[in-house]
Amino acid sequence: MEQKKHWQSFGELNQSKAYNKDVKDEFKEELPFVADDESKSFLNAKAPRRDFLKYLGFSTAAAVAAASCEMPVKKAIPFANKPEDVVPGVSKYYATTYVQDGDVVSVLAKVRDGRPIKIEGNELSPITKGGTSARVQASVLDLYDTARLRFPTIDGKEVTFEAIDKAMAASLNGPAVILTSSITSPSTKEIISQFIAKYPGSRHVTYDAVSFSGLLLANETTYGKRAIPSYHFDNAKAIVSIGADFLGTWLSPVEFARQYAIGKKLDEKNPEMSKHIHFESVASLTGSNADEKYLHRPSETGAIVAALLSAVNGQGATGISDPKLKAGIENAAKALVANKGAALVVAGSNDVNVQIAVNAINEAVGAGGKTIDWSTPVNYRQGVDADFARLVEEMNAGSVGALLISGANPAYTWVDAEKFKSGLKKVKTTVSFNTKVDETTELCKFVIPDHHYLESWGDAEAKAGYYSFLQPTIYPLFKTRQWQDSLLKWTGNPSDYLAFLKTYWSAKVGGETGWNKALQDGVLHPSTVITSAAASFNGSSVATAVTALLAGKKGGEIELVLYEKIGIGAGQGTANPWLQELPDPVTRATWDNYVIVSPALARTLLNIDLNNSGEADAYEVNPPKKVVKVTVNGTSIELPALIIPGTHPNTIAIAVGYGRSEKLGKSVIGSGKNAYPLASLNGASVNFVNTNVTITSTGEKYPVALTQTHNRYDTPQGNRTEVMKEITLAAYKHHPTEIREEREAELKPWGGLEKFESQGTIYPVFDRPGIKWGMSVDLNTCNGCGACVVACNAENNISVVGKPEVLRGHEMHWLRIDRYYSGDMDNPTVVFQPMMCQHCDNAPCENVCPVAATNHSSEGLNQMTYNRCIGTRYCANNCPYKVRRFNWADYTGADSFPDNQAGIVNDVVLDMNDDLTRMVLNPDVTVRSRGVIEKCSFCVQRLQESKLTAKKESRPMVDSDIKVACQQACPANAINFGNANDKTSSITKTRIENPNRQFYVLEQLHVLPNVTYMAKVRNLEEEAKNNS
Amino acid sequence: MISFKRLAKTCFTGIILSLSFTLGTSASAQDGKTLFQTNCAACHAVHKKLTGPALAGVEDRWPDKAKLRSWIKNSAAFLKTGDKYANDLYIEYNKTAMNLFTSLTDKEIDDMLAYIKTVPAPGAVAAGAATAPAADGDNTLLFGILTLVLAVVALVLLQVNSNLRKLADDRDGHPAVEPVPFWKNKSYIASVSVVLFVIGGYLTSKGAMDLGRSKDYQPEQPIYYSHKVHAGINQINCQYCHTGVYQGKQATIPSVNICMNCHLAINEYKGEKIYTEEGKEVDGTAEINKLYKYAGFEQGQTWDASKAKPVEWARIHNLPDHVYFNHSQHVKAGQVQCQTCHGEIQKMDEVKQFTDLSMGWCINCHRTTQVQFKDNGFYSIYEKYHQDLKTGKMDSAKGITVEKIGGTECQKCHY
Repeated sequence: MEQKKHWQSFGELNQSKAYNKDVKDEFKEELPFVADDESKSFLNAKAPRRDFLKYLGFSTAAAVAAASCEMPVKKAIPFANKPEDVVPGVSKYYATTYVQDGDVVSVLAKVRDGRPIKIEGNELSPITKGGTSARVQASVLDLYDTARLRFPTIDGKEVTFEAIDKAMAASLNGPAVILTSSITSPSTKEIISQFIAKYPGSRHVTYDAVSFSGLLLANETTYGKRAIPSYHFDNAKAIVSIGADFLGTWLSPVEFARQYAIGKKLDEKNPEMSKHIHFESVASLTGSNADEKYLHRPSETGAIVAALLSAVNGQGATGISDPKLKAGIENAAKALVANKGAALVVAGSNDVNVQIAVNAINEAVGAGGKTIDWSTPVNYRQGVDADFARLVEEMNAGSVGALLISGANPAYTWVDAEKFKSGLKKVKTTVSFNTKVDETTELCKFVIPDHHYLESWGDAEAKAGYYSFLQPTIYPLFKTRQWQDSLLKWTGNPSDYLAFLKTYWSAKVGGETGWNKALQDGVLHPSTVITSAAASFNGSSVATAVTALLAGKKGGEIELVLYEKIGIGAGQGTANPWLQELPDPVTRATWDNYVIVSPALARTLLNIDLNNSGEADAYEVNPPKKVVKVTVNGTSIELPALIIPGTHPNTIAIAVGYGRSEKLGKSVIGSGKNAYPLASLNGASVNFVNTNVTITSTGEKYPVALTQTHNRYDTPQGNRTEVMKEITLAAYKHHPTEIREEREAELKPWGGLEKFESQGTIYPVFDRPGIKWGMSVDLNTCNGCGACVVACNAENNISVVGKPEVLRGHEMHWLRIDRYYSGDMDNPTVVFQPMMCQHCDNAPCENVCPVAATNHSSEGLNQMTYNRCIGTRYCANNCPYKVRRFNWADYTGADSFPDNQAGIVNDVVLDMNDDLTRMVLNPDVTVRSRGVIEKCSFCVQRLQESKLTAKKESRPMVDSDIKVACQQACPANAINFGNANDKTSSITKTRIENPNRQFYVLEQLHVLPNVTYMAKVRNLEEEAKNNS
Repeated sequence: MISFKRLAKTCFTGIILSLSFTLGTSASAQDGKTLFQTNCAACHAVHKKLTGPALAGVEDRWPDKAKLRSWIKNSAAFLKTGDKYANDLYIEYNKTAMNLFTSLTDKEIDDMLAYIKTVPAPGAVAAGAATAPAADGDNTLLFGILTLVLAVVALVLLQVNSNLRKLADDRDGHPAVEPVPFWKNKSYIASVSVVLFVIGGYLTSKGAMDLGRSKDYQPEQPIYYSHKVHAGINQINCQYCHTGVYQGKQATIPSVNICMNCHLAINEYKGEKIYTEEGKEVDGTAEINKLYKYAGFEQGQTWDASKAKPVEWARIHNLPDHVYFNHSQHVKAGQVQCQTCHGEIQKMDEVKQFTDLSMGWCINCHRTTQVQFKDNGFYSIYEKYHQDLKTGKMDSAKGITVEKIGGTECQKCHY
C-alpha cells in the first residue's frame, strides 16, 4: 500500500508559498524589539543613550540595594494541633465523584496540604476504570474560581443563612417547584420527595440544557420505560452512529471512550477490531475516529434511519438518492447484520421518531441484552423538554408560587429564554442554589451559594446499582451551604445532609464500617457484574414513526446544526480558562465559537477556494476570519466562519455554550455568542437542528485563535508528511510487516533498524543502567478527546495565556493533539496524534543550548532547567517536533515586578494569578518566569516520587508506582509509560508485542525519541481490494 | 622584561595558593548511634531514667549476652521464660511493656551496646571537637601572608636587579637611561592593575555568589528553645518531634500538641544553666511558660488543645523555590544523619545554619556519598553495576555514589 499523504493545513496540501515560508521559522513574528517607529533598529532609536544610562543606573542601584539589604525573616508556622493523618508536603488521595448536570465520573482528588490540586480517575470504578475527560480534569480550577459566590444574598444584599432560613419560612407557604438538571443522587431525590411531602402540591421538574427527550420518550413508547439503557460499545463488533458524538459529548463519553477503545485495541497476532460506520452532517470527534464516514444533510437523518431499518430487514436502502450515502447505508446494514448480537446503533437526534426507528434497528440486529443492557438503566439524563415547557407556561400564567432552582440555567439555555425570564418575574419566591451567578441566578430573589463538588458530601447513581460517593476534600472556602442542607432545613428535618446521607447509606452498606469502606473506595457496585438483559420491545409504533420520518420536510438551501464542544459542553466550561484554551479537537480553535462551513460552501459564500493556494493562504495565515450572519426565523447571529473539511456542503454548525453573562468570570468576556436561541421546540423536544436557515457574508472580519497551523516544521530533513503512519485493517492482514519494512528501507543507508542507533551517528552510544523512561501512544485507541491536555495543564502548572497570545502562537501547552487530514478535501480521513517532548536520546535541542540549560539524564529524560535558561530559544528552533514553549510574557506573575504584566497579558491571565486561583498550583513544579523555555518533562516530579516510594520500601519499582498525568487521564488507555529497561514492565511488553505497528516520529533524523507510536489501523476493506 | 614575567608569576602563584582552601567535612556518626537513636532513644537514655531504665552499664547487669539480646528483641516473650531480673525490672517500671524489635540483628544490637559504652557520663562531656574548625581561616591567612612576603621579596629583587643593571651599564659606559620612577613605570602599573583586577574580580564574584546565602544564620526565636537540652542532654530522638522526616519532603516543625505531650508534665527547667550567645542567662522555666501561653494552658487545669495557637518560628533553612528537596529521600532512603547537614544540633542551644546550603555543597556531597546500593532493594535493577562491583571492574571501596546513579543531574532537584 502506498502511504497516504497526510496534511495538517490547507497550505500544506497546496504547498503554498506562505506555508513554505512559515514552516522554516520557528516563531511566527519578528523579534519583539520595540524601537521608535521611524527608526529601523534599536541603536538608531531616538534616545538609546539616555535609556542606556537609565538601565545602567537602575541595575547598579538594584544590585547595591540587593547586596546591602538584609535577608527578610521568613516564618515557619507549624500546626497548632497536627492532625494525625496529615503530613505537610505529602499528598493524599480522596475518592470522590465529579457530578455536574447529570454527568458522573468517579475520581480521586489529590489533596496537598489541605488543597485539592488535581483530579485523577478512580480506577476502582467499573464504569470508567480511571478514565476522565477534559472537563473532569479542569473541574478543580472551578473550585478556586474568583467569580464564585461568597455569601448568601436576598435581592442582591448580603445576608446570613439564618436570615435566609427565616425569610424562606415565611415565603414557603404553598406548593413549590424544584427545578434541577438531572439528579443522579438517590439521597437527594429522597430529600426532594420529603420536601414535596412537606409542601403538598409541590413537584420536581428536571430540565437538561441539551436534553435526551427524544430518546427517553422513544424508549417509553417502545420499551415502556422512560429511561436510557446502558450501552456496551465494548461488546459491539459493528457500531453505527447517526450523528451521536459518543466519544465527545453524547451521554457518557468517558465510559464510551473506554469501551470503544477495547474494540479498537489491536492484537497483532490476531488482528480483529470493531467496525464503526458514522453518518453525520458536521465534522465531529466521533466521526473523525470512524472507520467509514458518510455526510448527509441534517434533514435527511429521518430518511437515513428509515433506510437503515429497511436495509437491516433485508429490504434494501430505500428512499435515498445520493449514491454514496446509499452505499454507506448498505455497508452499515451489512456490517450490522453480519454481526447480529454484537451490533449497536446510536443516534444523536432529539427526535422521538428517529429514536423509535433506531430502537427497531437495534432490536432487529439483536442488540438487546448484548450491546444494550436494560438491567442497568443510566441516570445521566432524565429531563424531558415538554415538562419544562409546561412549567414555563405555568410560570407565565402566574400559577407557580415558588421556584427553587439548582443546576438548571434556562435563562441561558432554553430556546425561548425571554419567555422563561418573563415567567420568572411572575413567580413570587425564586431561589437559586448555585456556585456562581449565572444568567438564571441573576434573576432570583434568594441566592444561596452552593458548595463546589470538592467541598460537598453526596452520592451518585450513574446507573442502576452502580453508586459513587462524594466527600469533601477541603473546608468550604466561602460562606456556602450545600443545597441539600437548605432543603432539609426548610423541610423541618433536624439533621444536616451529612447525617442524613450517613443514615440513608448505613443501613444499605452495613453500618459504619461499610459506610467508611464505601467512602474510601468512592464506589459501590454489585460484586458480580449484572448480566445484561433485553427489555420487551413493543414495535407497534415503529411503522408510524417511519412514516413520519419519511414524510419529514425537505431541508432548505442551508441547514444548521447546533452542537456541544467537548470542553465547553452545554456552557459549563465557558468560565474555565483551561477549557477555553483547550483547542477543540476538530476545529483546533480556542476561546470562541464560530460557524463551521464546508470547503464547498466556502467557495460560494466566502469566495475562498482552498485548492487555490493564494486563497487558502489568505484564509489560513491571517487569524481574522470572515464574519457571516446566520438567520433563523428572524433571530440572527453574527459569527466568524471556519472552514472545516468533513462537513456537508449544505450544512453549517454553531457550538452552544458561548456568549455567557460576564458575571461568570473573566474568561467568558468577549468569548463567542449564544446559539441556544437558534434551536427550536417541536412539541415534545428541543430540536438542535434547523433545516432552513439563511447565511450571508457581512464583509467584516473577526480573529479566531486557531492553533492548527502553529508549531509546524518542514525541511528536507524533517518532513512533516512522514509524521503519521496509517494503514487499513485489510492491508495489515494482507501484509502485517508493511510499516516495519517501510522503516527498514528508510534506515537502510545507516545500518537498518537494528544498527541504526550505532551506525547512524558519530556520537558514541551511551549506557543506560537502571531506569530508562519510555512512552508509547496507541493511535488506534487515542480518539483525540483532549483529557490529557488539560491533565497536563493541571499537573504541570502550565500558564493560561489568553486569546491575544494564542493568536500570536504563544500558547504554552506541553502536550498538543495534532490533527491530520488525508484524502478527499470534502470528506477527509482524520487522525489525531498527541505530540509532546519526545525525550530524544540524541536530542538536537541539547547541543545548541549555549548555557547547557537543557541536557540529558541517565534515565533518558531530556531535562529542562529553568534557572539556567537565558531564553535564546535556539532549542525551540532546533526541535523537529516543535514541542518547546517559550514564556514570551510574565504569564504567572513569577517576576519580581508586577508592572511586567500590565498591558501585556489580559485579564484572564491576571485572574489566574489571583491568590485564590493560585491555590490550584502543584507545589512540586516550579512556576516558570518570563523568558525561559519549558516543555514536557515526562512528569518528572511523579517519576521522582515513585522512585522514592520504591526506595523507601526497599524494592524495585513496578508499573503501578508510576502513572504520568496524561496517561492517568486517558479514558481510552492509549498512553503507556514506564521503565523500558524493565523486562516485565507494560511499556516493554507493549513494544515487544507490537513490532509491526510501532514507529518513531521522524525516525530518520536519528534523534532517537523515547516515545513510540503505534500506527492507526482503520477497519476498511476497499483499499485492500485495490492492493491485491 | 624577564623581571616582569617573574613578578607576574610570583603574584599569580600567590593568588592561586590563597584561593585554594578546602572545606572540612563533618564526621559521620557510627552505626550504633544511629540505631540507638532510631530505636531506643524515645524511651531510653544512656545515663538517665526515662520511660525505661538508663542503659549505661547494661552489659554488666546482664552477664549473659544471649539473654540480653532476646530481651531486647522480644521482651514479652522473654518475660515468659520467668527470668527473675527481667520480671523485677518489668514490675519496677510499672509493667510498661517494651516495644518489639524483632527485626534487629544480633550485630545491630551489639553495635548499639558498643555505642552505649562509649557515651561518657554527663559530667565529663568531651571537649574534643573545638579545635578543628578554626583551621580553615588560618590557612587562608597563612597563604595570604606568604603571598605578601613573596611579593615584597619579588619587588625588592626587581629593584636590586635594576640597580645592578644600572651599575653595570655605568661601568660599561652605556649612556645612562633616565630612571623611570616605579609609579610611572608602565610594566609596574600594568602588573599592579592586573593583580587588582584579579583580586577585585575574585572578591566581587565571591560576594555575588554569597548573595542570598546565609550560613551561620541564627535568628532570635519566639521561644528560647534549646536543642542541646532536648536532643543532647535529654537525648530525645529527632524524629519524636520532626515527625515528617521519614515520610515527606519537610521534616516538619513540631506542632504545639507535640511539645505539650511532655510539657504537660515538665513545667520547670531544672537542668544546667543555659546562656544565650551573648552570655545572658536564660530562664528555662519562663520559656516553658511562653509555650503554655501559645498552648492556652494554665497549670493545674486540664488542657484544651483546641485553644492552642501555632508558634511562629523564624525559619532558618531556606531553599529557593526552584529546588526540590525531600527529607525522607535523604534520611530514610539515603540513611544520612541529621548532623551531616544540620551540624551537631544536639550541642546547639539555639539552632544556626550549619552549611551554606549552596548548590556546590549539595553536589559535592552527592559526588562522594554512597547510596545504600546493596541494602536497598530498589537498586537491584542496576544489574550492570552489581556485576562490575563483583568482578572488581568498579572500585567497591568507592562504591556507588549518588552521582553514579544520576544524582547530579539537573532534574533530580530542579523541576
